[in-house]
Amino acid sequence: MIVLLGVLVVVIGFATKRNPLLVVGVAGIATGLLGGLSPGKVLAAFGNGFAGSRAVTIFAITLPVIGLLERYGLQEQARNLIARFGKLTTGRFLALYLGLRQIGAAVGLTNVFGHAQTVRPLAVPMAEGAAERKYGQLPHRTREKVRSFSASADNVGLFFGEDVFLAVGSILLITGFVNTTYGTHLEPLQLALWAIPTAVCAFVVHGWRLLHLDRQLERELLTAHVHDTAVVEAAK
Amino acid sequence: MIKAEWFYWLVGLSFLVMAAQMVADRSNPKRFGTGAFWGLIGAGFIYSSWVVTKQAPAEPLGVAVLLMACLAGFGFTGRGTPRTTSTEQRVASAAKLGNRLFIPALTIPVVAMACAIGVKHLSFGGEPVLEEGSETILGLGIGAVVALAVGMIILREKRISVPVQSGRSMLEAMGWAMLLPQMLATLGAIFQVSGVGDQVGKLTTAVLPKDSLYIAVVVYCVGMFAFTMVMGNAFAAFPVMTAAVGWPVLVGHFDGNAPAVLAIGMLAGFCGTLVTPMAANFNIVPAALLELKDQYGPIKAQLPTAGVLLGCNIVIMALFAF
Repeated sequence: MIVLLGVLVVVIGFATKRNPLLVVGVAGIATGLLGGLSPGKVLAAFGNGFAGSRAVTIFAITLPVIGLLERYGLQEQARNLIARFGKLTTGRFLALYLGLRQIGAAVGLTNVFGHAQTVRPLAVPMAEGAAERKYGQLPHRTREKVRSFSASADNVGLFFGEDVFLAVGSILLITGFVNTTYGTHLEPLQLALWAIPTAVCAFVVHGWRLLHLDRQLERELLTAHVHDTAVVEAAK
Repeated sequence: MIKAEWFYWLVGLSFLVMAAQMVADRSNPKRFGTGAFWGLIGAGFIYSSWVVTKQAPAEPLGVAVLLMACLAGFGFTGRGTPRTTSTEQRVASAAKLGNRLFIPALTIPVVAMACAIGVKHLSFGGEPVLEEGSETILGLGIGAVVALAVGMIILREKRISVPVQSGRSMLEAMGWAMLLPQMLATLGAIFQVSGVGDQVGKLTTAVLPKDSLYIAVVVYCVGMFAFTMVMGNAFAAFPVMTAAVGWPVLVGHFDGNAPAVLAIGMLAGFCGTLVTPMAANFNIVPAALLELKDQYGPIKAQLPTAGVLLGCNIVIMALFAF
């Protein structure tokens, strides 16, 4: 029971907004020692954990080229491009991105899209550009919201698309675990089929929320605009 | 054969070069701490190659990892003034280059797709061109290298220091968030060997009433959701919750359809991934990458969707799996 203290450290640490690296470091050391690992073993666990999880940081390899292109105006050009599609609002564009992301993941192309390679350089400037076309310069709070929703479209699309594909990690984990532990013969195809209903729900629910984002922006920005005019009027 | 390790070395090497640039950058008030942090990560990336093959001890790397956490955690890292172009210059450059700017950007996904679909099946001299099991990493790595070459040509940029400097200021802007996913993977492994999963499984079994199907479905789905939030990863939660509830109760006792129960249970866990800072690579790193003030911005955008989808999973499982 006492090993659950580590979980408590994590929850309290994140809730009180301590630096996450320190929270995780302390929780790891505490859990390891309480769980009966020697200090040497705890250090080895940190070393092995770092070495074995380098794949999550591999996206850093795309940063130089993305940075180079941004220096030459990639984000500005993405804004120019979206400006030509008058009907593509922020919400519609992000719903389209969600759908493409989901279909891509469902056919096994999980790394074709991603936060570093497509969200930052392309999706965010397009989503912002669509809103700017309509409302002009966006206030900081709105910009944060549009960016957060862009990130969410990528995550939701990935999570609820990838399980429809047969050879993805989570499906193989399920068949691997159940077939060896309980001696069954589950096929990946059976599992992938059962991921489809939730995938449809995810597209409908998040797609609806993204479309709804348009109305939220309208309400926020038009009232902000009215407010600004009111201030100007008052100043007169 | 093209190996994933090559790209880890490339990442490690570029971190080391960028660390040297950081130390030399006098506009950064914390240039030594910043350089030390990224230098350690870069060296760690390369040293790790021998740790995974057990040819080098993992303990020194563990010490280095804790040192990295302290450097960033106690505020010894900072950022310099990026040497880059102004907004006006960018607008002018975009007007001049036009849609040609998209070619290198789209090279990454196109090459990644080509690797996933085509190159994966090629072999040369009896061995596959791409290391098996690492095709997605290789697709991204090869895509980035090809895109950089294409970009340098299209932009007529001859100085390799320009993309390296641009990448460096993005690293500085992201700071500690870059290391968090790997720290969390470590924490998950420590939780595993220390028996946190067994305890959670026991707790779940203890609170579970044995006679209600619907309550059992809710406990399995909500358990996957909550435990995934704690571990940051549905893969770690799945064996624990399935051994405690999913298999013995839902499939065994209530005679549920095993593929439906398990697939939907996993997806209930994914709803948890959407709302936890522990899944840093999906939720915290993008906040840093998109330069958000609120590091929980993506989680807040995902929270209502995750809640509704958890409900959907419970309903779908209750209706169709039994």
